[in-house]
Amino acid sequence: MEDKLVIAGHEFNSRFILGSGKFDLDLINAAVEHAGAEIITLAVRRVNSFSGNILDHIPEGITLLPNTSGARNAEEAVKIARLAREAGCGEFIKIEVIHDSKYLLPDNYETAKACEMLANDGFIPMPYMYPDLYAARDMVNAGAAAIMPLAAPIGTNRGLATKEFIRILIEEIDLPIIVDAGIGKPSQACEAMEMGADAIMANTAIATAGNIVDMAKAFKYAIEAGRTAYLAGTGRVLDKASASSPLTGFIND
Amino acid sequence: MSEQRIDHMTYLPDMEILEDSDIGDQVIERMKAYDYNKYTEADVKRALEAEYLTTEDFGALLSPAAEPFLEQMARKATREIAKHFGSSVCLFTPLYISNYCENHCIYCGFNCHNKIRRAKLDADGIRREMEAIAKTGMEEILILTGESRKMSDVKYIGEACAIAHEYFKNVGIEVYPMNTDEYAYVHKCGADYVTVFQETYNSDKYETLHLAGHKRIFPYRLNAQERAIRGGMRGVAFAALLGLDDFRKDAYAVGTHAYLLQRKYPHAEISFSCPRLRPIINNDRINPKDVHERQLLQVMCAYRIFMPFAGLTISTRERAGFRDNVIGMCATKISAGVSTGIGSHTEDESQGDDQFEINDNRSLEEVIAAIHARGLQPVLNDYVYTGE
Repeated sequence: MEDKLVIAGHEFNSRFILGSGKFDLDLINAAVEHAGAEIITLAVRRVNSFSGNILDHIPEGITLLPNTSGARNAEEAVKIARLAREAGCGEFIKIEVIHDSKYLLPDNYETAKACEMLANDGFIPMPYMYPDLYAARDMVNAGAAAIMPLAAPIGTNRGLATKEFIRILIEEIDLPIIVDAGIGKPSQACEAMEMGADAIMANTAIATAGNIVDMAKAFKYAIEAGRTAYLAGTGRVLDKASASSPLTGFIND
Repeated sequence: MSEQRIDHMTYLPDMEILEDSDIGDQVIERMKAYDYNKYTEADVKRALEAEYLTTEDFGALLSPAAEPFLEQMARKATREIAKHFGSSVCLFTPLYISNYCENHCIYCGFNCHNKIRRAKLDADGIRREMEAIAKTGMEEILILTGESRKMSDVKYIGEACAIAHEYFKNVGIEVYPMNTDEYAYVHKCGADYVTVFQETYNSDKYETLHLAGHKRIFPYRLNAQERAIRGGMRGVAFAALLGLDDFRKDAYAVGTHAYLLQRKYPHAEISFSCPRLRPIINNDRINPKDVHERQLLQVMCAYRIFMPFAGLTISTRERAGFRDNVIGMCATKISAGVSTGIGSHTEDESQGDDQFEINDNRSLEEVIAAIHARGLQPVLNDYVYTGE
């Protein structure tokens, strides 16, 4: 059975997405060759600023996911998305609206607003958000193509700090849930996938690894393992050993 | 030569007062209370182990007790910078468009009593210089002037920003402090970052160094960053000229100033600069609290660890060997292709004299090569202008 990640009708074999934070060409190559990435995030503010044109460095067959980092409100996100379109980055847009310079947490209200404005403008919006069910529903209604909740503050490698809230999104939201930001280790990526996340976005964890290529591979295997486990149906784990004398043994019928 | 000294704590009539803000007062109060001799080795270790630092931890890292821990501080700074900036190192070039100055700052080469050649680029001159710089591949520019509201008025600076906006993706200014509406105007012209050096946060010392001119008014300068943010600027930079007064107190004030403003305006992008008076300058009119490279690095690491998400620019006044080693550790931004004279990017001989002697005159290409050599990634632009 084929198991594809489908976003707005576009099919992907890989469930690993490379984030844009620590951008460099070695990282892109490692992510594509060794982690099998088919989607690469790119900050619009870096387009044209990387030894000429950054688009020239994107391998063929890769889907670009430009993001609106640098936007502090919905209007700025729309402006940046349009710049991405003009630069030839396609219709996918990862919405990032942040106006906190310390923790870089996304602003769900402005993000939902941006989602609607961009969907109406023909974009395929993929909002980066703080995992809140109401906000996620607003984004679904506004025309989002996927929901991208953060696992932990960006760049912290702290893993699934918001696990329970992401689980709720997975359960309640019918769009792909892509866990974005904070995943620091392959085991955490595996855990999220096992729980039913549709894909993982990571950057810092690989970019800052001792060996980028090996860490890219490790993420690939971890994501596949988690996905396979999810599809297999995770076995039961009981809290305590089963009592040998059942509590309901007295029933007589 | 006698000048009439005006009261340095009283605003001049044209200076905007932020009646509703007490940030400046809080910074001064906290700096006065900062006693760096009270910190112990245990305090320093606690700060080094903390994931999120308090202002107390910051104080410990700036204290003499932290000096033996410089290596550990450098290691922690390196981890923090990787977490927040990866391997990126931003590049920019400063452009001096005028060196006229109305201030009498006794330590500065531009001061109004120094008999230097004064010059000011007109719009064509600015365009020529910017074109020459842009041709090297540079995408971020910092526009500087001497501090003369008469010779380089707000309209002139706005015009320079508008021209810069045509040639560069990112435009910053380092000019005299302005009122909120003036910052808003210059922002509209294309600038998004404002740098103001407070020089020293000790107002008594400040008064003895800044004898005349607008700059003499201490509190007006102190509140410049807040006015800039209110004027719509995306980011503000802070600095003390380390060595003018007690550098530990000044560095503590710089960090506290940035910390309090970021709390009040969480969207503001914060950055630091670390200019210093070199110990070799034996000007006995200035209190000689020597800031050697070791102390400078301690301050830079303390800024990085305290506010790991903030930018930090390494001064061109430092030697190349120092600059190359602090990128990827404390500094996120480095200048290249620097000339502090007026018109010196296009003419063999600049029209106006330099503000200070630079110690690293490498071209953009050379600095990029140095960044690559350290396994880091040069970034020419990491910014998108979202104004009109």
